[in-house]
Amino acid sequence: MSGELAQFLLSGLTVGSIYALVALGFAIIYNASHVINFAQGEFVMIGGMATVSLLGAGLPLALAAALAVALAALIGLALARFAVQPARGASVVTLIIITIGAAILLRGLAALVWDKRIHALPAFSGDAPIAVAGATLAPQSLWVIGVTALIVCALWAFFNRTLNGKAILAVSHNRLAAQLMGISVRRVLLVSFALSAALGALAGILVAPITFTSWDVGVMLGLKGFAAAILGGMGSGPGAVLGGLVLGLLESLGAGYLSSAYKDAIAFIVMLAVLMLMPGGLLGARAAERV
Amino acid sequence: MLRVEKLESRYGRIPALKGISLRVEAGELVALVGANGAGKSTLLRALSGVQPVSGGSVAFCGENVTAATPEARVRLGIVQVPEGRQVFGPLSVEDNLRLGAYRRGRAQIEASLAYVYGLFPDLVERRAQPAGNLSGGQQQMLAMGRALMARPRLLLLDEPSMGLAPRLVAGIFACITKLRGDDTAIFLVDQNARAALAIADRGYVLETGSIVLAGTGAELLADQAVRSAYLGL
Repeated sequence: MSGELAQFLLSGLTVGSIYALVALGFAIIYNASHVINFAQGEFVMIGGMATVSLLGAGLPLALAAALAVALAALIGLALARFAVQPARGASVVTLIIITIGAAILLRGLAALVWDKRIHALPAFSGDAPIAVAGATLAPQSLWVIGVTALIVCALWAFFNRTLNGKAILAVSHNRLAAQLMGISVRRVLLVSFALSAALGALAGILVAPITFTSWDVGVMLGLKGFAAAILGGMGSGPGAVLGGLVLGLLESLGAGYLSSAYKDAIAFIVMLAVLMLMPGGLLGARAAERV
Repeated sequence: MLRVEKLESRYGRIPALKGISLRVEAGELVALVGANGAGKSTLLRALSGVQPVSGGSVAFCGENVTAATPEARVRLGIVQVPEGRQVFGPLSVEDNLRLGAYRRGRAQIEASLAYVYGLFPDLVERRAQPAGNLSGGQQQMLAMGRALMARPRLLLLDEPSMGLAPRLVAGIFACITKLRGDDTAIFLVDQNARAALAIADRGYVLETGSIVLAGTGAELLADQAVRSAYLGL
C-alpha cells in the first residue's frame, strides 16, 4: 500500500469515527421518536466549547471533558422535556422544526456565553506522530478511533444485552405495544435525547484537537452526521457506524485524489444519491413482517 | 375488581364511547361483543390508558385509575393483548416475552418464562427467532404469552382470533378458558361473538359507543336480538 493511500485511509477513518458518533445520535433519537434531531450538531459544539472553557478555568482535561459531556446530556434532557415533549401529538415535521429552532438558539447562546473565536484543545497525549505503513498517524487519531470503537461496543451491549436497551428498541418498533407492556415512552424519549447529546458532545471533544472548535462548528458536523445516518440507513445503529466510516473514507479519498475543494460537497452528493437511488440506505430497515 | 362508570371518549369531536358502565369481578371471564366501529377497541385502549377519556371513571381494585399512566396500570395488573398481535417483529421471541415482564423484578422473570413456555410449547423452539418470522397463530400465542409475563390480574384481549384459520381459533379460545384463574380475570373482545359468549361468564353488547345489553353468556347467546345481529341466526 502506498504511503499516500494509507494516509488518506487513516484520516478517513478518524473523521469517519466522528461522523459515526454523530450519526448514532441521530439514529437513537430517530428510533425513539421518529424525529430527526437537527440540534445534534450543537451537542458536538457544546462538547468541544464547554471542554475548552472548563480547561481554561483550570480543570484537568479528563474532568473538563466529563463535565462537558454531562452538560450536553442535561441540555439534551431539557430539549426533550421542554421542547419536544410538550409538542407530542404534533406531526413529526413540526417536531423536526422545533429541533431546528433549538439548534439556532443553542448556537446563539454559545456565541453569547463563550465567544465567536476559534479554539483548539490540546491533543490528549501529545503530538508526536506515529509511523504506520508509510503514513503518519497523530496520537489523537488513535483516541478518536479507539474511543469510538469502545462506545460502539458499549452501545451494542446496551441495546442487545440489557432489558432497558431492548425496551428502547421495542418503543421504536411498536410504540403502542411497548406502552401496553408498561414501558414508559416518555422516559425512553428523555433517555434517548440525553444519550444522543452525550455521544455528540464526546465526538466534539475528541475531534477538537484535530479540527478545532467554535460556536458554529455544529452546523457542518451535524449535517455530515446526518448524511452518514442517511447513508447507513436512518434508524440503524450498525448502519450509522458504517455510514460514518464510509463517508469519512470517501471524503478523505476524494479530497486526496480529486481536490480538497470538493471535500464538503462529497457528503451531500452521497446523501442525495442515497436518497434518490436507495432511500433505505446501506443497512436500513427492510420491512418484512407477517400479519 | 374493575369498575367502569359512565366512561366517555372521543376522537376529536366525534364521540366514540358515550357513557360506558360495566364491571369485571376477580376471576371472571367477561366478553364484549359488537359490530365493527362500535367502540370495542377504543374501550380497551381507554382501559389501558392509551386512549384519552373525556368523562367518567375507571376504578381497579378500589383504586381510581382514570388518569393513571399506561405503565402504572400495567404495574397494577391491567395488561392488554392488542388487536393484531403487535409483537416486536425484529426482536427475538424470548426478548418479546422478557419485555412483557418489564415492570417486574428480574428474579420473577425466569419462573414466568417457564410458565409461558409450558403454556405455549411452540414458542420454545423458536425462542431465538425474530418474532416477525412466526406464523399468525404463533404470533397470537406470543402476544398472549408476552402479556402473561406481566402477571396480569385483569387480562384485556382485543380480537385474539382475528385473521386466524378456524382450526387455530378453537385452540386460542380453549387457551383463553385455561388462562382464567382465581386471580386472573379476562375481558375479551372478539368479532366471533358466538365463541366469545360461549366461554364467557357474562357479556356486554356494545353498539355505537353504548352498552345496549348485558347478561350471562348463555342469556346473550339465547337472546333474539343478539342472535340476529351478531350470530347470523
